[in-house]
Amino acid sequence: MPASRCRQVREMSTQGHSAATTIADRDTWHLAEEDDHGHDHGGGATYIGFWIYLMSDALIFASLFAMFGVVSTSYAGGPAPREIFELPLVALNTALLLASSITFGEAMPHMEAGRVGPTRIWLALTGLLGAAFVCVELYEFSNLIAEGAGPQRSAFLSAFFALVGTHGAHVTVGLIWIVVSLVQMSRHGLSEDMKRRVMCLSMFWHFLDIIWIGVFTFVYLWGVLR
Amino acid sequence: MAENTLIKTIFGRLTLESLPIHEPILVGTFIVVALLGLTIVGAITRYRLWGYLWSEWFTSVDHKRIGVMYMVFGIVMLLRGFSDALMMRAQQAVSFGANQGYLPSHHYDQVFTAHGTIMIFFVAIPLVVGLVNFVMPLQIGARDVAFPFLNNLSFWLTVSGGMLVMLSLFVGEFARTGWLGYAPLSELAYSPDTGVDYYLWSLQIAGVGTTLSAINMVATIIKMRAPGMTMMKMPVFCWTALCSNVLAVAIFPILTAAFLLLLLDRYVGTNFFTNDLGGSPMMYWNMVWAWGHPEVYVLVLPAFGIFSEITSTFTGKRLFGYSSMVYATVVITILSFLVWLHHFFTMGAGPSVNSFFGIATMVISIPTGAKVFNWLFTMYRGDIRFELPMMWTIAFMLTFVIGGMTGVLLAIPPADFVLHNSVFLVAHFHNTIIGGVVFGLFAGMVYWFPKAFGFKMDPFWGKVAFWGWTVGFWVAWGPMYVAGLMGTTRRVHHFDDPTLQPWFVVAAIGAVIILVGILGFIMSIVVGIKNRDKLADTTGDPWDGRTLEWSTTSPPPQYNFAFTPVIHDLDAWYDMKSRGYQRPEEGFRPIHMPRNTASGVILSGLAFVFGFAMIWYIWWLAALAFAGLVVVSIGHTFNFHRDYFIPAEDVARIEHARQPLPAGA
Amino acid sequence: MSASHDPVDPAHHGHGHGSRRGYWIGTLLAIVLTVLPFWLVMGNVLRDPQVTAILIVAMALVQIVVHVVSFLHLDTRSEGGWTLLAFLFTVVVVFILIGGSVWIMFHLNTNMMPMSGTGAAMG
Repeated sequence: MPASRCRQVREMSTQGHSAATTIADRDTWHLAEEDDHGHDHGGGATYIGFWIYLMSDALIFASLFAMFGVVSTSYAGGPAPREIFELPLVALNTALLLASSITFGEAMPHMEAGRVGPTRIWLALTGLLGAAFVCVELYEFSNLIAEGAGPQRSAFLSAFFALVGTHGAHVTVGLIWIVVSLVQMSRHGLSEDMKRRVMCLSMFWHFLDIIWIGVFTFVYLWGVLR
Repeated sequence: MAENTLIKTIFGRLTLESLPIHEPILVGTFIVVALLGLTIVGAITRYRLWGYLWSEWFTSVDHKRIGVMYMVFGIVMLLRGFSDALMMRAQQAVSFGANQGYLPSHHYDQVFTAHGTIMIFFVAIPLVVGLVNFVMPLQIGARDVAFPFLNNLSFWLTVSGGMLVMLSLFVGEFARTGWLGYAPLSELAYSPDTGVDYYLWSLQIAGVGTTLSAINMVATIIKMRAPGMTMMKMPVFCWTALCSNVLAVAIFPILTAAFLLLLLDRYVGTNFFTNDLGGSPMMYWNMVWAWGHPEVYVLVLPAFGIFSEITSTFTGKRLFGYSSMVYATVVITILSFLVWLHHFFTMGAGPSVNSFFGIATMVISIPTGAKVFNWLFTMYRGDIRFELPMMWTIAFMLTFVIGGMTGVLLAIPPADFVLHNSVFLVAHFHNTIIGGVVFGLFAGMVYWFPKAFGFKMDPFWGKVAFWGWTVGFWVAWGPMYVAGLMGTTRRVHHFDDPTLQPWFVVAAIGAVIILVGILGFIMSIVVGIKNRDKLADTTGDPWDGRTLEWSTTSPPPQYNFAFTPVIHDLDAWYDMKSRGYQRPEEGFRPIHMPRNTASGVILSGLAFVFGFAMIWYIWWLAALAFAGLVVVSIGHTFNFHRDYFIPAEDVARIEHARQPLPAGA
Repeated sequence: MSASHDPVDPAHHGHGHGSRRGYWIGTLLAIVLTVLPFWLVMGNVLRDPQVTAILIVAMALVQIVVHVVSFLHLDTRSEGGWTLLAFLFTVVVVFILIGGSVWIMFHLNTNMMPMSGTGAAMG
């Protein structure tokens, strides 16, 4: 068999161990050593799996953006954006959410180094900023409903509440996840499992800030410009 | 008065009138279902199988078990969906002129809505997901999918949705809006009863399951291929599984959003798809078809993959044009996003829009044609064995290609203006779905059944099933092409034109022939079980296969592979067989496995209760069920002990019990 | 979830976490790209709504890229390129979905809705 010996099989980048594994020849039928972590039941698949989930969530938001785009001028004789959007409040909310992304970013080096205390503090700060965001949004929604600009008034308002509300609901889920993480960190420290979970939470949180960029640009700022 | 309010608070809009005690057909159905159910439950109890079922099947996170459960569920729902078909054929065969048939339109509309909803969401999707679930991890040399718990949850969420649809037979009514629930008919103003709510909640719940499953399969194929199995050394079935699931991940969010908005319209009074206050019903059509078109490719791509595996195995040759098969699959995946408007050419988007989507629709037939040529070239000068899977493949090629051609015909907007919503259209999509997806599923089931259960299906009854379906399909749908070209509209429960009747009578006969096919399929399983010793698969490789799943026993051990295989070539098992592979007899190591879990069953049960409560406006129960979902989900994340090790001695014992490989096999 | 025995967690490194410097640049850019659009609109700086609209969309797209690169650490190496591929595929589908829907619905509304236009629009 003229197969080359000790051939590095570079293209098996599916597994975390790929770079180090050498396929000695074409008569090797089995792995001598099992890499426990990467291969079976995908301990290494969590990140790509969660990333793919985020992509699917992005498509839910894309559908809601498409709906909003289609009915964004369907006021049905009701209030138009300029009459109901208070940009200073939106600016405040944007600042709160962006700040919470920054504080989460501060938590990450501590998390990777295994420092439970500082991680929890930055995570808690993120949670507080996120909670403030949700409160401001609830305040905005209740005001709108009180002045007759609720989701039933027109298709434009329905789409506004659905899009912004779905984002707010996601942030709320993130807040619950932060609380659960804080509790679990106090019990399990920063084990590999916990690190993986907080990494996913970090991806989720930044993703929500990205969606918000779309919201404040296309809903609020464009709305006022129209 | 206070008593009335109390009852309304407790039961929402559920009343005794919701039970169809005045409908003889439903009462009869209920009695049969109840007797059947009691018999099954009674038998399980009598033979003390509840513990076994719970610990070995319901809470299992093993992809092989979950795959089998999906198949069982899909086949049971096939029987329900086909009963709807028989009812429609019976009605349309007699309902001409003075004869109004036996099914008033109020019920006929529910029957055709339920038929489509069940066949797509609770037959086709579960059967495809089930096959991919069972086969793909084995073909890539993995021990399970990337997220075994999510796999279990996805299955039970699908069942939960299916049970809500089944419940609508006996409690309340189902939707009368067709399987896509078009607005504005599906809005509260025009469909105030429980029907559309049953439809929406059951599909939202099942949709979560399907989305999670798709994420799972994509992650598995990306991360868990055996060393040496590059993407271009992966079996074609796995490529089609990858593309199908990528499509599913991309499109189910669109359907989720569309249904969310319709639910908001119905429950909160928003105006997304209403006729007034700025709503846009046309946007509903746009969104559901942006989901709906790629969805049919989600279903048919794995069928194409099955046919590729079978053609190659039963001609004893490597598949012709592997690379072009892969490219064709990827091209179909991308193009499937660019054609959805062809489902509503007649809604009035105008010539520029219609032309673009018409041309794109015609283009998408080209890569499929390339695949057909590849199968034919594989067969050319091959040593063809006309066993049952190969028979299904030939039937597919002849049937599906014609269906595809009628699709290209419909792709031309002027033609579609004549044929839209005629029975010609209905014949086209049944032609492609039955000829493509259903025949593919039967081929796949016959092919992989021995791997799953250790014995083949009975071949005689399998042939009865084959001929019943193949002949029955053409007898049932040929007339519909003709009637459609003559101008017959779909979803109609009564006709005035008596010249159409012969076509519908022939179609009804065709449906009965298909029924023979379905019964033949059931018999092939039953007789197979009865004769399982004679039909046993003792080697694990009953068809002289070419891919890795045939290197395991039939059925495979829990852990699939005692040692992770190393791959050197396409058709890995064929490579192993032809170059003197020896199965190792020693050196076994403990194997890391995930534990079973009850969380999937519990969460899906709560989802079922939540859906039911929302449908019937039982707000306290909905709130309770929702809270339960949140608490159980969070509680599940506190479980950090989800795995265990199979000791090396157990692995050795299982492996030593295997039959030795025949020399040179 | 399996616990890793491997001190250098390959999956962890397969998923990038970037440098502190990249993170701070990203943070600064994000703040600037947020303040600018709000300032342009709230201060009516350019007096031309169309130009302003285009500018703020451009800034939003840039900020999204900044977030994805600096905070989500998306690069060509992460997960062997699969993360980037999934992201690009999603971007394409988002554009098709939103762009296609707006295009289709615009034509449908022009042709089919009684209030807007005279009915049979061209193209």
